[in-house]
Amino acid sequence: MSRLEGKVVLISGGASGIGAATARLVAREGGKAVLADRDEAKGRALADELGDGALFTALDVADETSWTKAVAATVETFGGLHGLLNAAGVGVRNSIEDCSLAEFRRVNDINGLGTFLGCKAAIPAMKQAGGGSIVNISSVLGLRGASYAMAYCASKGAVRLLTKHVALHCAQMKYNIRCNSVHPGYIDTPMIAPRLDQSIGNMSGRQSLEELHPLGRLGRAEEVAHMILFLLSDESSFSTGSEFVCDGGLTA
Amino acid sequence: MRPDRYGDVDMSGELSGQVAIVTGGASGIGAASATLLAAAGAAVVVADLNAAKDGIGRFVRHDVTAEESWQALLADVLEREGRLDIMINNAGISGGAGSVESTDVETWQRVQAVNAEGVFLGCKYAIQGMKRTGPDKSTSKGSIVNISSVAGLQAGAGSIAYTASKGAVRLLSKSVALYCAEQKYDIRCNSVHPGGVDTPIFDLLWQFMGRDQGKAMIDKRHPIGRMAEPSEIGEVVLWLASDRSSFVTGAEIAADGGITTGLMRRQPFVAS
Repeated sequence: MSRLEGKVVLISGGASGIGAATARLVAREGGKAVLADRDEAKGRALADELGDGALFTALDVADETSWTKAVAATVETFGGLHGLLNAAGVGVRNSIEDCSLAEFRRVNDINGLGTFLGCKAAIPAMKQAGGGSIVNISSVLGLRGASYAMAYCASKGAVRLLTKHVALHCAQMKYNIRCNSVHPGYIDTPMIAPRLDQSIGNMSGRQSLEELHPLGRLGRAEEVAHMILFLLSDESSFSTGSEFVCDGGLTA
Repeated sequence: MRPDRYGDVDMSGELSGQVAIVTGGASGIGAASATLLAAAGAAVVVADLNAAKDGIGRFVRHDVTAEESWQALLADVLEREGRLDIMINNAGISGGAGSVESTDVETWQRVQAVNAEGVFLGCKYAIQGMKRTGPDKSTSKGSIVNISSVAGLQAGAGSIAYTASKGAVRLLSKSVALYCAEQKYDIRCNSVHPGGVDTPIFDLLWQFMGRDQGKAMIDKRHPIGRMAEPSEIGEVVLWLASDRSSFVTGAEIAADGGITTGLMRRQPFVAS
């Protein structure tokens, strides 16, 4: 198992959910995983569990200096940077009528600005390393609208498009850096936990979410991580600027 | 200005009695939209930072990034015009030519504030205004048109901040459309994705490489071989604003001379 042998991957939101599942796969496939997260306790615990192949570093994705430090810590510890997964994000329920400007900005700062800053911070280090692969987590709600997630839809639409910009820019500059977006459906992670408690009619919160997917269930973080692994590895060397959907058929 | 006949259909008066707000209405696509909406009979309020010389409609000084400005604008329109039926969220900035590497946080935030937060607030206050009914308006019926861009459909047509902001507009428009449908407000919301349009948004580029040369470069990017005139986008806006598009909501309407359509044959090589 060495699909990422010799590759160093920085993962925002690496302490939980899709980020953590990807970190486990990266370590299993011979790569180094840098878990960058706000949640120090969880991040350190996972880094300890993964052993020599992992490092924890504190990260506030909306702060450019914090990104610079995270990339520097990565290069200092593992000697380079080849992969970036922008998995940190917030899922917030609001509509056009009840979302405040402050809330709209908070969601877009974490999901949109945070992803932009991650790409910006990683590119110089990847250039040094001779190339790399950036994977940005958008959502099915970056492809379709949702009446109950206005600010989130806006932020994931931004991620979907900024990904294409990064892909074209790096191609044009001949950096050998690829950039793709991943669009998960509802994945059984801490992000959707609040939804699981909200029953709708005689359906539990979980059932109502499961029913959205033709496959009839929620996705597992590992299922998304396998798609990300493919994108981080050289197996996907001709894919850039693309939208990779992992949604149990939701958008079909 | 376009004639007020549409083929055999007389458009004059089609929007009479209706009130429209056009942000960024003093120039470019906004001014063209304001002109066409007025020609179809709507009372048009042009909301812009600066008034146009001899501009159409009633001018209200407005900053789309400031929530207080939106509150004041809506209160003013409801008092003076008495109702709101059509909202054209058109104001936008290009943010220059910044790439992922050269864009700073300040530029990013400025572009998001105008292009994304401005449209968010525009939709939010439009719904408030459209929901208000009165003696001459019995339901909350209305149409919101958000100007996105080809840059909201594919990259390569602007800065990273611009393309991200237009992607945000594309998706938030769908969220607004679905929410209004769910609430049974009879308010539709769609996004328009123009290609290159000959408006002041290109002033920076014209300064940089000269208008003729710059225009020739932008012309060539369109399969139909030219940029659009603002009125050509105004026509799409007018259609979406009117009841002619009554079954269209949450849609992405490209008016881009074919840019996002696909591949064309390359020009054959001619040996000299």
